[in-house]
Amino acid sequence: MMGYYLQLALRTLRRNIVLTSLIIAAIGVGIGAYMTVLTVLLAMSGDPIPEKSGQLFVPQIDLWGPNTRPKGAAGPVRLPDQMTYRDANALMLAHAAPRQVAMYSVQLDVSPLTGAPYSQQGRATYRDFFAMFQAPFKEGAAWSAKDETDRADVVVLGKTLAARLFAQRSAVGQTVSLEGRLYRVTGVLEAWSPMPHFYDVSNNPFGSGEQFFIPFTSAIGHEIDSNGNYSCASLPPPGWTGKLTGECIWLEFWAELPDAAAVRSYRQFLNNYSAEQQHLGRFHWPPLVQLSNVHQWLALEHIVPDEVRVNSLLAFGFLAVCLVNAVGLMLARFSSRASEFGVRRALGATRGDIFMQCLTETAVVGVLGGVLGLGLTALGLAANRASLGGELAEYTHRLTHLDPGVMALTVALAVGATLCSGLYPTWRATRVQPAWQLKAQ
Amino acid sequence: MLKMIHLSKVYRTEVVETYALRDFSIHVKEGEFVAVTGPSGSGKTTFLTIAGLLEEFTGGQYQLDGADVHGLNDNQRSRLRNQKIGFIFQSFNLIPDLNVFDNVDVPLRYRRLPGAERRKRINESLERVGLSARAKHYPAELSGGQQQRVAIARALAGGPRLLLADEPTGNLDSQMARSVMQLLEELHRDGATIVMVTHDPELAARAQREVRIVDGQVIDLAAQTRLVENPTSRPVV
Repeated sequence: MMGYYLQLALRTLRRNIVLTSLIIAAIGVGIGAYMTVLTVLLAMSGDPIPEKSGQLFVPQIDLWGPNTRPKGAAGPVRLPDQMTYRDANALMLAHAAPRQVAMYSVQLDVSPLTGAPYSQQGRATYRDFFAMFQAPFKEGAAWSAKDETDRADVVVLGKTLAARLFAQRSAVGQTVSLEGRLYRVTGVLEAWSPMPHFYDVSNNPFGSGEQFFIPFTSAIGHEIDSNGNYSCASLPPPGWTGKLTGECIWLEFWAELPDAAAVRSYRQFLNNYSAEQQHLGRFHWPPLVQLSNVHQWLALEHIVPDEVRVNSLLAFGFLAVCLVNAVGLMLARFSSRASEFGVRRALGATRGDIFMQCLTETAVVGVLGGVLGLGLTALGLAANRASLGGELAEYTHRLTHLDPGVMALTVALAVGATLCSGLYPTWRATRVQPAWQLKAQ
Repeated sequence: MLKMIHLSKVYRTEVVETYALRDFSIHVKEGEFVAVTGPSGSGKTTFLTIAGLLEEFTGGQYQLDGADVHGLNDNQRSRLRNQKIGFIFQSFNLIPDLNVFDNVDVPLRYRRLPGAERRKRINESLERVGLSARAKHYPAELSGGQQQRVAIARALAGGPRLLLADEPTGNLDSQMARSVMQLLEELHRDGATIVMVTHDPELAARAQREVRIVDGQVIDLAAQTRLVENPTSRPVV
């Protein structure tokens, strides 16, 4: 019978093409607007590391006290979102977590064998970075623990930079000149750019990501400056030594805590560390620490701007209005066919038969509305990118594209929304009293 | 075949009760051709819609082909209607989006018959009414008489036990009306049980028996003996 209902649906839609087009347009425009905004929201608020987002944590310590904490909106206390070298180093040496990394963003000139040098974004970090954040290797591996201890000049390259420097050759074992210093390549990553770059949200979280990684110890040893944020509660001592000993925050720190017991234990460790700093006279306020997993961290840092969330609510409201319009049009459509339904009922159709016939017709309209919505979503995303321009457009393009998942979601949403909005008109169609309809003829 | 005993149908509003049928009794035997006549508003159409299980009745008893239909739910009534009753309406009631073939197909679809069986029945029905050549035409492309023939073919396709005709020639000119009546008479001679509602005394005279309704009640049973050529028709006493 479904084949019959489908046949009837296609015939009926063709018969009244104007009304059909209006219903499809109402659904398509609503879906297009909503999906455009939703795609951006989902891209920006998606879980960048779903397998481990509950196990990776950012520890925060009240480094500056109540008078100089970052001023945030009313609500939870905002603690500094980076660490001083002194604290990061102390935490690393304490080995309180199975895995942990201190790191910072760097920007160095790459000197190829031929051609002029060019600047590349990179990261100084510990070898645990790759396992913690599941950075996949194309070839080779992270540097060894001995390399780290020895502050060796070794590097892991990103796929794009490796291809640019070494073309078809294997990069592992080769040397790369970074800022005039030669680094030995130990590994090359696959294309990897979690969105957002949750491990460093202060430095272009939706950017293209790093193309090289060098040991934190090596970078510190060579006094390679940070390319990221640098905030101080008080004037630091001058020079590189000042950077390492002062109360300026410029390092990101992450710890991997596999279960609730590890989280409790680490939180206690942080409290103890903070209390120790107070005892040593460094802090003159009660210990205050915070431990946030990936989701909590992204929420704390307001990675998804409130405007995006507000836009999605507005777009949903617009979709609701479009669907209400579609309900009205479908009611008109089914009401005009009351005599046909009366005849079908007289000839033996049950209410269920009429319901399925109308619901099938509604579903076909939903699919067509979804296809139109898909096209409008693509246009919407393109318009969104065009209106931003420059780097933001590039970031948004990376974020938002119509992959098979988004396309399937669009059509499914269109069909689902149309079926829901079509339920009342369909139910009304089944209430046609055949005797009254036939008497009215 | 069709037996109503002391049937009543009341339409109730907040202020008034209207008896469309009152103490209504009728018995149509298998193979009969009965004309139901009466003035406008007498309850003829209400009788037909109740007989066709399109409406429920308020009181009394109704047996269709030996089965009491009281208490059947909507789905059961629909299935019974589909299997046992064929309708012929005054305004034909063909579905304009469907061609002749597909219009005749409608009741067969709801019986969930296989495609080959449906096609066989449709072709036989169209052959019976002389419209095989018009199977791909749409109702708008047919004359009134042809449309009514399609409606008759649609009524016959399911092999119904009872044909209910509501003013089958009401929208036709005299020539077309005659041809449709001839067809109904042929069907009756072939053994069909037909109940025809009409206000036309000439048409009523062509039936085997006439039942007259006034103010919702049967007031006169005029048993007419008709001489017919077909020996299968029986005179009614």
